[in-house]
Amino acid sequence: MGRKELGLAALIVGIAAITAGLNPQFLSTVNLMNMANLIGLFGIFSIGQGLIIITGGIDLSVGSIFALLGVVFLDLTANMGIAWPFAVLVVLALGLLMGLVHGLLVTRLGLQPFVVTLCGLLIYRGAARYYTGDSTISLGYAEGLDAITWLAAGRSYGVPHSFLALILVAIVVGVVLHRSVFGRYLFAVGRNEEAARYSGIRTGAVVTGAYVLGGLLAGISTLLLVFYTSSVSPSSFGNFYELYAIAAAVLGGCSLRGGEGSVLGIVLGTVLLQVLQNLVNILGIPSSLNFAVMGGVILIGALADRQLARRKSAPARMAAKGAAVAAE
Amino acid sequence: MLLELEGIGKSYPGVRALDGVSLHLEAGEVLGLVGENGAGKSTLMKVLGGVVRPDAGRIRLHGRDFPQLSIAEAGAQGIAFVHQELSVFDNLDVAANVLMGREPVWGGPLRLVDRRAARAEVAPLLARLGADFGPEAPVATLSIAQRQMVEIARALSMRARIIIFDEPTSSLTLSETDRLLATIAALREAGTGIIYISHRLGEITTCADRVTCLRDGRVVGHLARGEINHATMTRLMIGRDLKSLYTPPAAAPREEGGLRIEALVTEAFPDRSIDLALRPGEILGLAGLVGAGRTSLARALFGVEPALAGGISLGGRELRIGSPREAIAEGIYLVPEDRKRSGLVLDMTIAENVSLPDLAGHARAGLVSGGSEVRVAEAQRQSLRIRAPGVAVRAGTLSGGNQQKVVLGKWLAMRPRALIFDEPTRGVDVGAKGEIYALMRGLADRGVAVLMISSDMEEVIGVSDRVAVMHEGRIAGTLARHEVNEPNILRLATGQQPEQHMATVEAE
Repeated sequence: MGRKELGLAALIVGIAAITAGLNPQFLSTVNLMNMANLIGLFGIFSIGQGLIIITGGIDLSVGSIFALLGVVFLDLTANMGIAWPFAVLVVLALGLLMGLVHGLLVTRLGLQPFVVTLCGLLIYRGAARYYTGDSTISLGYAEGLDAITWLAAGRSYGVPHSFLALILVAIVVGVVLHRSVFGRYLFAVGRNEEAARYSGIRTGAVVTGAYVLGGLLAGISTLLLVFYTSSVSPSSFGNFYELYAIAAAVLGGCSLRGGEGSVLGIVLGTVLLQVLQNLVNILGIPSSLNFAVMGGVILIGALADRQLARRKSAPARMAAKGAAVAAE
Repeated sequence: MLLELEGIGKSYPGVRALDGVSLHLEAGEVLGLVGENGAGKSTLMKVLGGVVRPDAGRIRLHGRDFPQLSIAEAGAQGIAFVHQELSVFDNLDVAANVLMGREPVWGGPLRLVDRRAARAEVAPLLARLGADFGPEAPVATLSIAQRQMVEIARALSMRARIIIFDEPTSSLTLSETDRLLATIAALREAGTGIIYISHRLGEITTCADRVTCLRDGRVVGHLARGEINHATMTRLMIGRDLKSLYTPPAAAPREEGGLRIEALVTEAFPDRSIDLALRPGEILGLAGLVGAGRTSLARALFGVEPALAGGISLGGRELRIGSPREAIAEGIYLVPEDRKRSGLVLDMTIAENVSLPDLAGHARAGLVSGGSEVRVAEAQRQSLRIRAPGVAVRAGTLSGGNQQKVVLGKWLAMRPRALIFDEPTRGVDVGAKGEIYALMRGLADRGVAVLMISSDMEEVIGVSDRVAVMHEGRIAGTLARHEVNEPNILRLATGQQPEQHMATVEAE
């Protein structure tokens, strides 16, 4: 565990302790499992977002991807009666494809990630609304979905499956990011694209890979979210979720300059965000203040991090400056 | 007397950058300032510009004494700089650049820029300099020589009485250099005092009225107009005979099996082609002026900017190199000019940097083996004598010489067949330089073909077995070891024939 993760974990424990002190209900099994469910739902696509941020990019389109893939999935299963495994494959494949398109637009055509995914945000949201004529589709009485409903929204030993899914995804992506060749390339490209290219790395393919993985994780998240809400209203489903993901990744130590971050950090960032949301509810703070609390905590976190980093590097920087001047 | 420096001293921890430096400058004269890299020229100019505060001495400007200058005072006293790295805003037009910070305004409190007045103010300055562009031209469309003109116009607009040119011609072509020297002569006629810093002694001979020479932070000589020539300046600058760095190869380089470049056309010079043969076991120096196309050649060989036409073959096999990845697969490696940008990921550790080009070789089933990585990096750290407590240290914390060794370690841990060094010792201290030269020689003796691009004459002459000289996109000539000397290299670099050839021509 790095310095950032430790700090984050300490912050979570501190906030949880205070909240529990003010309202013991915070530690009730029901509340904890509800939180775990939300952490699972938000954590998976936040990890995808983190991968993209590590390349120096950003993905603003995830919320709209949920809406579009959500209506596609419900239309296939509830309206057309297509078998769910097939519908699941379609959703995952579409998620992959969207990530691939984003990645190619960024690496091959040199568009800025912000612009590419902002267009994605607008296009997918519009497509989702047009697809259903702006009306809500719900699971309703669709047949033969028991198995997947249990898989996506069920619980084992009281633990929500979404949370278990997050743990599984975190382990797999954690190994990929922190132990594999691809993960090392991702950090190298995010830190210094040119030096990575000069070391023979296919930097375009690496960056595209991150977007593809992000798209796949967005597809998985869509399925979990659909069974969590059991209906999709295309104009509001997944609204602002890209911002939750960016917030979790940044809280978790991903730098928007790229090349920095960890899966554990992103998961902890998601946990902190959900604890804050829960705190607002459980302490009876007006829920309209929800976003303001979140923003305030992220700002304080960023400030604290900046101060710590400055204090740590100040002596080194002074020494380096002296040496550089002397060398001239 | 326009400017008088007396006993200027400046020390940094462990280094005496300036030690009792005195010089003076009259109105209407050009003072040439020469000295090797690290002799203290830059520090002295920073003192004049108000960037560095001297520890000792005084600065007398127009008869007024200053113990030190601030940046604002330097400007107010009419000192202006034309830098080696141009400091223009290329997203703005010429008038905006010339008047940056002093824009004519209208509209009272709104302080809107009066574009018409700005252009009217700048146009006569450009006319005086004989510029072929107007005040409304966007700087992005100008050549480097024209941008320099913009900087000179800025100096004029500030009514500068002292203009300091710091290596102004390092990126100019010869005809552009001639025009700049003519401009400087015109400024001198108009009564401006000029300090001209250059490594190009020929330019100093042409334009300077007097020369002051620095060595190791001290003034080692003043030359009057009649004494200015190549030989005296060189003797003063070096203060000793060029010491021999040269170590001959262990065995004569083999003729076959090296890197052959045939009719190669690079992006920088689409109408020129390059032929060059690099033998295994030799160090071939590649000299030439900045902009002669040496780095473009290196980038083409390494696949960064693939060649437009022509052939590259290694060991007799024709190669197609479209990316660094393909070059690396063939054993052609590059130690790039800008190691911080292209050579290293500064935030990664030594081990992670060393393993980066060969990471698949350190991995099983796609997962990196930290042990194998650290073992290989540790072996490189010891054999290259990288001064760091371990290989888990971030590369960015190392000194220039040790960073360069990490870049080398990346390639030495693999199987080099041809290694291209682009300015291998830039920003590297003297001790580490010697070690890097020894490593290059060791590589050559292992049968690697070594190409060394360098602008450091001492290095080119001291290290190379042969020297190829580039001039405006082509190889102007190749000198064998016994022909390698500074005059010959300079002649080829400026498009003339080397002395021996001329001598034989004359003898016939």
